[in-house]
Amino acid sequence: MDFAKKIQSGQFVITSEIGPPKGVEIEGALKEAETLKGKVDAFNVTDLQSSVMKLGSLATCRLLVERGLEPIFQITCRDRNRLALQSDLLSAYVLGIRNVLVLTGDHPVLGDHPQAKPVFDLDSISLLKAATGLMEGKDMVGNDLVGKPEFLLGAVVNPSADPLEPQIIKMEKKIQAGAKFFQTQAIYDVKSFENFMNIVKKFNVPILGGIVLLKSAGMAKFMNEKVAGINVPDKYIAMMAEASKEDRPKVSVQIAAELIKGMKGLCQGIHIMPLGWEKHVPSVLQESGF
Amino acid sequence: MLITKLKNKEELLASFEKKPFIIKCFGCKEVYFPEDKIEELLKENESKITGVARLDYLCREEFSKLYLAKYGQQIKNSGVVIVFSCGVGVQVIAKLCPEKEVLAGCDTYYLDGFQGLSVQDLNCEQCGECYLNYTGGICPITACSKGLLNGQCGGAKNGKCEVNVEMDCGWELIYKKLKGLKLENVTKQSKVLIRNYKRILDELGYNKDHIKEE
Ligand code: SF4
Ligand code: SF4
Repeated sequence: MDFAKKIQSGQFVITSEIGPPKGVEIEGALKEAETLKGKVDAFNVTDLQSSVMKLGSLATCRLLVERGLEPIFQITCRDRNRLALQSDLLSAYVLGIRNVLVLTGDHPVLGDHPQAKPVFDLDSISLLKAATGLMEGKDMVGNDLVGKPEFLLGAVVNPSADPLEPQIIKMEKKIQAGAKFFQTQAIYDVKSFENFMNIVKKFNVPILGGIVLLKSAGMAKFMNEKVAGINVPDKYIAMMAEASKEDRPKVSVQIAAELIKGMKGLCQGIHIMPLGWEKHVPSVLQESGF
Repeated sequence: MLITKLKNKEELLASFEKKPFIIKCFGCKEVYFPEDKIEELLKENESKITGVARLDYLCREEFSKLYLAKYGQQIKNSGVVIVFSCGVGVQVIAKLCPEKEVLAGCDTYYLDGFQGLSVQDLNCEQCGECYLNYTGGICPITACSKGLLNGQCGGAKNGKCEVNVEMDCGWELIYKKLKGLKLENVTKQSKVLIRNYKRILDELGYNKDHIKEE
């Protein structure tokens, strides 16, 4: 069953993520994804994540389609104006891509080309609205399209943001603009995720809880300091700090599995962001009882 | 050179229903400031207005603060404050009256040569369709690093923008301001805002000497 049908019929879904390489050697990443066939329902492909110049999301998504894997095309508003964004959505459709995750995107100064022009002609909400319009056969100014694309549109939300209310307001607007599912920022505290889920239950939209594999205590501290809405609790930082270098993946998997077990009864899916540790995804799933 | 135009009548008339106090800036009105139209509008709505203040160079925050002190009671008794000035002027008043909903009466098209005239940290990018009435008088285009119109991105941490820890997140300021005014629903209920870059060109980009009348 394809991802859209599965998620819309209320079934539990698992997604993971592929970060295209800086360069053209993509075979390794595709092979790794293939090993997860049947275990993972769809793969997000990041769009120049953290504003670092890389191979594109669109091409990588197509390569997944060719291997019988289902991609979720991440598209950000950082680099393209409304002409290019709409056009790329049409391109995605003709290339067999059916799931799109719409994001505003990081500012270019966070990446490796900080001199670049920040575009942000649209934002996550206006791009969702534009995509919905395309699905209805119209471009943003109301011109007719020949043939209509069909997408399952998704968006992101940060359940641990402080203050949370602006996130909820925006989430509601994203739903009105056409978002049919949400993937969340990394969760490290099941209790606060539960609190978030209680607030957004009323929206009746599938939510996939986000998991980022911790690689070291240093990474956890860095995220706590720099990344919005991430608070890795001290106990996990201590577990990572105490583990020897060889044991770190094992401990990391153990932490992820503990979180997933806590979360899976609360939401409709899990989104695993391995950030280079793709090879550990199978053990995460196994340890979590999937 | 300053070019502002009155906001559309419908929006303005809705603001007049909220018992407004009026502030007019005659600082750099020389080039194109819809003075006659403002007077006309004020006259038509005289009975709804709680008071009018006229200042030169609203953007000089310290001066405006002193000058407005004598209108304190009138402003307090009004429902909203409507400011006829460029976008910077409106933002200055919004800052000086944190307890009031401050609304822009004009759209700002052109300010060239005027930025930096007075020392302050507010800016206007002359978008020609002033959004301050949705954002509690804080400019989403200049106060947010991405110029987002529909709400905060996911990058703010501890109230600071993802771009720089020294910089306040403009949208968090907007949220707090609206929340304080019990107006947080304004962002929720507003339609999806999309900037129209052609507006400036339409009005004056092709020929700055010729300003189209509405
Ligand atoms: S929204 Fe900002 S840039 Fe646009 S006119 Fe108002 S103050 Fe100026
Ligand atoms: S962190 Fe705030 S100011 Fe910075 S880009 Fe995001 S919304 Fe705008």
